[in-house]
Amino acid sequence: MTDTMMQMTGLPFSDVVPGAVTEVTKNGIVVAADKLLPLAMHLRDREGYDYLSMVTSVDWPQYFEVVYYLYRVGAWHSAAAAASQEPLVLKVRLPDKARPELPSVCSIWPGADLQEREVYDMMGIRFTDHPNLRRILLWEGFQGWPLRKDFKEPYYEEDAKPFKSRHPDGKHAWAEDRVPWKDNVTYPVGWDPDLWTQPEVQYRKIMQVDGGGNGHSSEFKTERVLVNMGPQHPSTHGVFRMVIAVDGENVVGLEPEIGYLHRCHEKIGERNTYIMNIPFTDRLDYIASMSNNFGYVLAVEKLAGIQVPERAEYIRVIMAELTRIISHFIAVGFLFNDLGAYFTPALYGLRERELILDLFEAAAGSRMMCNYMRFGGVFADLPEGWVERAKDLVWNRLPRVMEDFEKLLAGNEIFETRCRGLGVLTAEEAIAYSMAGPMLRASGVPYDLRKARPYSIYDRFDFDICTRPEGDVWARFRVRMDEIYQSIRILKQALDGLPAGPIMPPGKKQYQLRVPAGEAYGAVEGPKGELGFYIVSDGKPNPYRYHVRAPTFINLTSLEKMCIGHKIADSVVILGAIDIVLGEVDR
Amino acid sequence: MFGTGILKGLGVTLKEFIGTYIDDIRKIPSRYAGGRHELDQSQASAQTGLFTVQYPEERHKVAERFRYIPILIYDAETGEDRCTACGICAKVCPPQCIWIVRAKDEKGKPLTKPAEFYIDTTICMNCGFCAEFCPFDAIKMDHDYEIAAYQRMPGLIFDLQRLRVPTTYYARIRPTDWTAEEAAREAEKAAKAARAAGRPAPAAAAPAEDQPKR
Amino acid sequence: MSEKPEIPGLPDDLQRNVFLTTLDAIYNWGRVKSMWPMAFGLACCAIEFMAMMASRFDLSRFGMEIIRASPRQADLMFVSGTVTKKMVPNIVRLYNQMAEPKYVLAVGACATSGGPFKEGYNVVSGIDKFIPVDVYVPGCPPTPEAILYGVMRIHDAVMKQSVKSVPWYRRDQRNEAVPVPVLGPDLYNPKDREALKRMLREAGADLG
Repeated sequence: MTDTMMQMTGLPFSDVVPGAVTEVTKNGIVVAADKLLPLAMHLRDREGYDYLSMVTSVDWPQYFEVVYYLYRVGAWHSAAAAASQEPLVLKVRLPDKARPELPSVCSIWPGADLQEREVYDMMGIRFTDHPNLRRILLWEGFQGWPLRKDFKEPYYEEDAKPFKSRHPDGKHAWAEDRVPWKDNVTYPVGWDPDLWTQPEVQYRKIMQVDGGGNGHSSEFKTERVLVNMGPQHPSTHGVFRMVIAVDGENVVGLEPEIGYLHRCHEKIGERNTYIMNIPFTDRLDYIASMSNNFGYVLAVEKLAGIQVPERAEYIRVIMAELTRIISHFIAVGFLFNDLGAYFTPALYGLRERELILDLFEAAAGSRMMCNYMRFGGVFADLPEGWVERAKDLVWNRLPRVMEDFEKLLAGNEIFETRCRGLGVLTAEEAIAYSMAGPMLRASGVPYDLRKARPYSIYDRFDFDICTRPEGDVWARFRVRMDEIYQSIRILKQALDGLPAGPIMPPGKKQYQLRVPAGEAYGAVEGPKGELGFYIVSDGKPNPYRYHVRAPTFINLTSLEKMCIGHKIADSVVILGAIDIVLGEVDR
Repeated sequence: MFGTGILKGLGVTLKEFIGTYIDDIRKIPSRYAGGRHELDQSQASAQTGLFTVQYPEERHKVAERFRYIPILIYDAETGEDRCTACGICAKVCPPQCIWIVRAKDEKGKPLTKPAEFYIDTTICMNCGFCAEFCPFDAIKMDHDYEIAAYQRMPGLIFDLQRLRVPTTYYARIRPTDWTAEEAAREAEKAAKAARAAGRPAPAAAAPAEDQPKR
Repeated sequence: MSEKPEIPGLPDDLQRNVFLTTLDAIYNWGRVKSMWPMAFGLACCAIEFMAMMASRFDLSRFGMEIIRASPRQADLMFVSGTVTKKMVPNIVRLYNQMAEPKYVLAVGACATSGGPFKEGYNVVSGIDKFIPVDVYVPGCPPTPEAILYGVMRIHDAVMKQSVKSVPWYRRDQRNEAVPVPVLGPDLYNPKDREALKRMLREAGADLG
């Protein structure tokens, strides 16, 4: 469609929204800020781009660039859409660096909500008409916009690693000694702690709900109150905080409050050389580190044009699927934990995880932070006996364990009555909220990146996309269980078909990778959804911009929608079914 | 019937409860005879559950590739460090926790050995890049995880003395790597000798393969 | 225990100490064998902490069966993971709520010094800048056994304490609450107020 339009006028969409597209680049089309909304409306309603996968921004010397990645998800398996599964990339350039502003697309794709807030928090780009534009990862009152290139942390040493002070003279000073405050802090000149009052956070969306004062239900007089849950709470899966407005027991408003584990992943990643980022990606979703490695190396390989040998591809797939099994075991186990089955199912999940971690330890050297994949292959070949151990696990042990899991959990009536009909998202809503992974598939959308845009060698394996029509917590549980079976299926094929051969492209192992200028987006279907890495290179040894499309972060967008109308105790379960990992949510 | 799911679930728990004891007695009888050893659980399907490692009396057998904090290797016979202070480990370290002072002779000419070598273990992320890219097999990842300390400074900043281990230790914790590296070393030595015998002048002029790139 | 144990050959003033040593041993043994940790996961290390609680490494062998979610009922805090500036006021508040005797174990590189994320603008370089830490366990993440080793070091430290000198029974050594840090334009520790004001004055003088 777009191609024919281009032939007519030179620029796409110029007949439907004149003047919207100002330039077509290799990596996306440049859109005028004031025409963004009409174009977005057209893309969603007429062109089928119903899914906003990612919003991020780049700080170029002359302008800020806001980048949107759009997919056709609702009808991806229909013939027309399947032909163009490549994402449509929109770019809005904001030359006014002092006051960057553009309209919010929240009204068109609600999934932009948290992502636009993140862009605002990190780069200070204002989205007009955003319903709740305030800092998300940092706190209200923080000084500076961290991902702008002119932002320097207190411990700033140099623009790029490796730092010169480490070798050969070792003049490295303890970081605390290099800074005036002897700590990782800096204050604006003239700041007086005695006069400081913290800006009050207006929980605007949910306070509006609260506006009416006392509410009345049919039988009891109830009162609306704000309940703060977390960040220290055993059921929030880490340091996550929810501000919940409740009317009696019923949730009437909810706002996720994150950033308690914001570890400046992207800022550090822009200083690291390409290879240094691999171990840092381990620490994103720390339950599924292999999968994170996978996504990152895919993106860099795309950018640098590296070919991966056959055996390495197989090993990667095996590792990624083992990771998915771990992640789903933990997700399922801790979902039960949230429901009050104190620790037993989680223990079962953790027990099988140990055996898979042993395999990781044997191959990669570490249980959790595997750091196993390299550009062009993997770190080392599988050790002797590894394949036999893995086969033993996959053929004999895991099916038996799954049987136990089914008996122990799936048939449990209490669990079913608790979870059926809870936190329902329809297919349309799930797409609109940019849900990913099991969350999307549990709403009946058969979208799996491994099928929709097969990466690595996933097109060779025979497996099904697991979906459920219900869209509730029970469906999410069921989809995860079914995906474990599918992973076992893939593992069986991959372990059987594992070819001999090299695991890295020929040549000496390089620790400095030459990456041409350009940009790339590499994504994998991680256990929690589409995990994407957006990398912009300017030809230097370190990325110019490094952004992670974190699936659980974006999945949190719909948390309020799912919780409203349910009991406060259910919001814990709904959160548990999203299966958030804070390392990835906050990055 | 209502409740069967729960009964089935409880049955699984009961089965696991009994199964662990049967597993334990059948597979590791020495445990109950007072013998303690390293637990190796590489055959997953042989047992139904998972053995509890009675640390510190027993230990879980770590994989050979297991990595914790880096170590520096010196030759057990000559006592010489393998490290040539080329600085690649410091360059490739993601959190930049290694810093090296290169030794100098009296005239100030740099020598190929470190005068000081520090690894801040409180920053080290155990990624293993230093060991992976070291061209001299001088820095390797240790298996020793028992390094908890009461003081962070200076106890957890490892200096050269703390990091040095003999080749024998390395050969013990990583036999496969050690054998492979020694074989490669021997092969290279033989190749070099052959080249030197054949064409003495050009072989000396050509840079050795394992010279670090600057 | 009204009767003093008599040990022949010891001078009279030492007899009393022998009694106290035995009492210390029993007192500390009791505390060591029934420490209650606080469920307090921050990041990656918390997953290894859970692995340590689970069947393979089984923390309950050390008498730590019950993981309390409430700081009021816990006496051992595992700071397991990266401490961010946004989180540290909460951690200090939780620490203040714990009853004496209380111990802190910094699990992993991040809690010890900020770890690989040390240079980050939102990362605290070590929880010991705010609360006293008893044992540091480096590693990223430490394996469950390494954390268990750290727990055993805590036990060793507890065994060395004496009921005579421990601060929580002494009226003159009331434990003051740690001041809770404030989130200003950057993290601000009230402890540093004087130094900060002085430095700000100097900075202002330089500028103006």
